[in-house]
Amino acid sequence: MALTAGKLELKQESRIAEFVRKALRHRLLMLGFSIIVVLAIVALLGRQLAPYDPNGMDFGARFAPPSFKHFFGTDEFGRDVFSRILYGAAVSFKVAFIAVAISASVGVFVGAVAGFYGSWLDELIMRFMDILFAFPAVLMAITVMAILGRGVGNAMIAIAIVYIPIFARVARGAVLSVRGREYVTAARALGQGNTTIIFKQILPNSLGPIIVQTSLSLAFAILAEAALSFFGLGTQPPDPSWGRMLSEGRSFLRQAWWMGVFPGLAIMVSVMGFNFFGDGLRDLLDPRMKKIQ
Amino acid sequence: MSPSYILRRLGTLLLVLFGVSILSFAIMPLVPGSPARVKLGITATPENVATLERQLGLDRPLTSQYFDWISGIVTRFDFGKSFITDKSITAEVARRLPATLQLAFIALLIGLVIALPAGIIAALRPGSKRDVSAMIFSQIGVSVPDFWMGILLIVFFAEYLQILPSSGFVPMSEGFLPWLRHIILPALTSGLISGAIMTRFVRSAMLEVLNQDYVRTARAKGLNERVVINKHALRNASISIATIVGLQMATLLSSVVVVEIIFAWPGLGSLALNSTLQRDYPMLQASVLLFATAFAVVNLLTDLSYALLDPSVEYA
Repeated sequence: MALTAGKLELKQESRIAEFVRKALRHRLLMLGFSIIVVLAIVALLGRQLAPYDPNGMDFGARFAPPSFKHFFGTDEFGRDVFSRILYGAAVSFKVAFIAVAISASVGVFVGAVAGFYGSWLDELIMRFMDILFAFPAVLMAITVMAILGRGVGNAMIAIAIVYIPIFARVARGAVLSVRGREYVTAARALGQGNTTIIFKQILPNSLGPIIVQTSLSLAFAILAEAALSFFGLGTQPPDPSWGRMLSEGRSFLRQAWWMGVFPGLAIMVSVMGFNFFGDGLRDLLDPRMKKIQ
Repeated sequence: MSPSYILRRLGTLLLVLFGVSILSFAIMPLVPGSPARVKLGITATPENVATLERQLGLDRPLTSQYFDWISGIVTRFDFGKSFITDKSITAEVARRLPATLQLAFIALLIGLVIALPAGIIAALRPGSKRDVSAMIFSQIGVSVPDFWMGILLIVFFAEYLQILPSSGFVPMSEGFLPWLRHIILPALTSGLISGAIMTRFVRSAMLEVLNQDYVRTARAKGLNERVVINKHALRNASISIATIVGLQMATLLSSVVVVEIIFAWPGLGSLALNSTLQRDYPMLQASVLLFATAFAVVNLLTDLSYALLDPSVEYA
């Protein structure tokens, strides 16, 4: 018995080692991973790395162009754009991660329940998801903000609600594909309850598409947070957020192009990082997709 | 495609639309505090608020409020009155709808003009420089926020070159050229991004078809490559491409919301955001309902067109 358990452990380890080896060789995945790591460091250490106070005003240095003193120039209040972008990373990451964590938890749970139990419960849950899915993403987020009010916390909830149906669909599909496997039948024969089967047998074996969807959703969540802040619904002044900075810079583009260019670049690079990482993971976890891409 | 499949899909659409109408209606009851208080302002007395609630019918049960609201829309296309202007919402929606439709259509056209050649050329030589360039363009397009793209286009074309207006809408009745000058930048913003997304899908669809046995057979027969591509590959890939176009139309509706706001385009998207910022809930209800209905109908048409175009798939 001990020998069998040892063999299983070895097999598991070799599968992980093989995955890591393949991942290290996948250029797109590694590029995405590197971008995410750099951004995560910036998000965590932004306060220490920022050369200036992001909200510190210096009216003598208004609209200063990019230089060694101010890498990305200054804004209409003389605030350092580079420091504000470093701070903004923390806001973007916090909103994106919390929103996706909420939508993934709720979406995966309802999707797994729908896929596992089937029949009328599946119909009921998935038709409700269809209804949520019928709202264009940005409009849905704006509508939720109209009800909840402005602010970062409500932006997280709004973005989370938008992505619940996507996770539910992905999780349901993944559960349906493994529901009839032998190990599920074996677990049932061993007397395991439905909840145990869902959480211990089915979900761990359906994780591939869910992980891929999580990475891609993080990219969209960063975009959505930026859009909501751009419209004045998300992060509120004077706190820096990339979307908010773009919105503020919009009126001064003629005299200070840097106010509109650098925050946009920050959004684009972060979104690219998560997209590359998600696409790379999809190549590794779902080889069928690689064939047609 | 059997009639029962179409009926079943129509039934699902009606169910979704019913749910969409309930959620759109729910915006007003879900808002914290009384909508009448929102309309009258914080200085209003409780008596004034109660009077307005009675006038607006907000003191009645929610079910009867919902049935009045939805029956007004279904039977008379009447969405009620705006909280802010007190004018008919239907008239406002009718005034703005053509602007949104024109923008979405031209943006889709631009997207297709980019995606079809780029996707096909990329698929013909996978791994070539052209393929890599197309994929880099696609990755950038997917990652660029549409509102940033809009700002960059305004800075370059409207402020630096000063050859196109930065905002506003001119109806076609006032001349084709002024209309075109105003629609180019907003349509290009949405079109470039949807073109980038579609390039990827067109490439995948073509690659899948080019790997099929019948294409290999056509080549083995010695057919000209142009004939192989146009007659055998492209015709079969068009099924997937039609689906992509349908799905993209739905995504475009979402992008249009953002683009309309950037370019002060007087459509339904900017109406939704302005209604949110001004707390004009009946107007928001109407724009949300219309967008979601359009989204659901486009999704259904995409499903049906797929079933219609692909005879190899059975839809019972």
